[in-house]
Amino acid sequence: MQSRNPLFYLALWLLLSLLTLFPIYWLFVISVKPAVDLFTTPSVILDTVYWKNYVNVIGNETLRGYMINSLIISTSNAFLVTGLAFLACYALSRFDLAGKENIFFWTITNRMAPAAVFLLPFYLLFTQVFTFGDWKLYDTKIGMILLYCTFNLPFAIWTLRPTIDGIPKELDEAATVDGASTWQVISEVIFPLARPGLAVTLILTWVFAWNEFLLAATLTSFNARTITTGLSEYVTTTGTEWGAMAAIAMITLIPALIIFAVVQRHIVAGLTFGAVKE
Amino acid sequence: MRPNTVGWLMLAPTIAILGIFGIIPFIYVLYVSFHQWNPFGASPDMIYNGANNFRRLVFDAEFLTSIAFTMKFAFFAVLSEIALGYLLAQLFMKEFPGRGFFRTIHTLPLIVAPIVVGSVWRLMTTPSIGIIPYLLKSWFGYDLNIGRDATAAFALTVIMDIWHWTPLVTLTLLAALLALPKEPFEQAQIDGANRRQIFWHVTLPMIRPAILATVFIRLMDALRTVDEVWMLTSGGPGAATRFVGLHIWKIVFPKTDYGYGAAISVIVLYLTLVMCWLLYVALVARRERKRTF
Repeated sequence: MQSRNPLFYLALWLLLSLLTLFPIYWLFVISVKPAVDLFTTPSVILDTVYWKNYVNVIGNETLRGYMINSLIISTSNAFLVTGLAFLACYALSRFDLAGKENIFFWTITNRMAPAAVFLLPFYLLFTQVFTFGDWKLYDTKIGMILLYCTFNLPFAIWTLRPTIDGIPKELDEAATVDGASTWQVISEVIFPLARPGLAVTLILTWVFAWNEFLLAATLTSFNARTITTGLSEYVTTTGTEWGAMAAIAMITLIPALIIFAVVQRHIVAGLTFGAVKE
Repeated sequence: MRPNTVGWLMLAPTIAILGIFGIIPFIYVLYVSFHQWNPFGASPDMIYNGANNFRRLVFDAEFLTSIAFTMKFAFFAVLSEIALGYLLAQLFMKEFPGRGFFRTIHTLPLIVAPIVVGSVWRLMTTPSIGIIPYLLKSWFGYDLNIGRDATAAFALTVIMDIWHWTPLVTLTLLAALLALPKEPFEQAQIDGANRRQIFWHVTLPMIRPAILATVFIRLMDALRTVDEVWMLTSGGPGAATRFVGLHIWKIVFPKTDYGYGAAISVIVLYLTLVMCWLLYVALVARRERKRTF
């Protein structure tokens, strides 16, 4: 095929990148504008930077609490899910379990259901069924951590399975012959080899949990409220505080951005959903 | 061979959690769907009313339009994303300086929380503070007001989804294109095929499995879109962007009509699972069968 000048592609991609980045740039522009300047003529050029929105948001004790909740929930969920998926994938890969392919498919179907469908049952279960005296699962961090397993665990099993399947069985057998217990095989043979796959899974599930909104908005009120829900509160109340909202959105974006920058290459490889066979 | 008990023990926590949080809610919602139950309404008790909720659903215009909107949204969004994503993946196949850097930038929207995506687009399109209505007004004299214009609001949800999810399509198709063997292309060129013929007869058949898998994943996600749209338009104007997820939320929470909300949930879950299953069988499983030959 005849190829155009590389500079043509460079120019084209510069333009496309501008389109990709512009919404995030605009978010930043709004987040560093004082409220009085918002309603003047919109301008792409940033002349003054006003950090007060960020100072207000970080100084706000409620929002800080939401951020800590989000950190606790998404981190615990990511570790729990990755650990469980690791064990589950190992079992699916190495044991001759009856109906294991059906179990595998069933775990995936848990991710197909729209979250909105489960709003009502979860709400009722959390407020009326999973209760012990005055204690309810509603508005607890542990509730959210377990709940996020419903969509993160299938995803983790889905992405980890090829990694575990890809580790030769001979290694297990050799270790077993040398007298290693099942636990030693997992922790000393499989775990080190699966570490790259585990890292990708951990990070993606963390991002999913951090980004989740609908279930958190419905099943928490204060004690376990997450930052994404805090963000939405700035819109639904009358008279949106645009600057504060933009600042919270930027803050929500930052941890995901950092993680993304670190593991970008692996995410690309992990996102092929088995559509590509090497 | 080690005893399978150990294997079952390793699977047990996964099965337990997904069972408790996947199956119990489903049985419960099925049970509630056969009852009339509005705890904050005139009769707060749960009353069995047979299939009445489901009968009501068939004539509920709002529900039916929300289904239609969801389908229309998924259709336009996924189609544009596949077309655009393929073009962009082809562009990434060319040699040019800074390719890896541009790929990173292009991937960025993927990790942005849906709720943040919605906020960003709201900030860009709200009249008087957003840049888009301002530019459209001063360049073309077009008055964009998503609070009033239903078509514009709908189009905007699709454009937002394209911004957010095209990178995923690009990445999966790029991975597929990179894995293709070189020989068929060289052979086709020797045989004098033009670009279009190469696309239709060489490239497309070879990357079809990847395209189908991507369509499957994107469609599944497009059908459950709620957060972005909630933040951008709150379902409005009127009910123009009230997708089915938002409709359920509005029935269950502001109206606390639990029985009816449960019936809608059951139907939507059923429709989604049937659709996913059909797609899975038609698109993905057929490919698996072929591979075994």
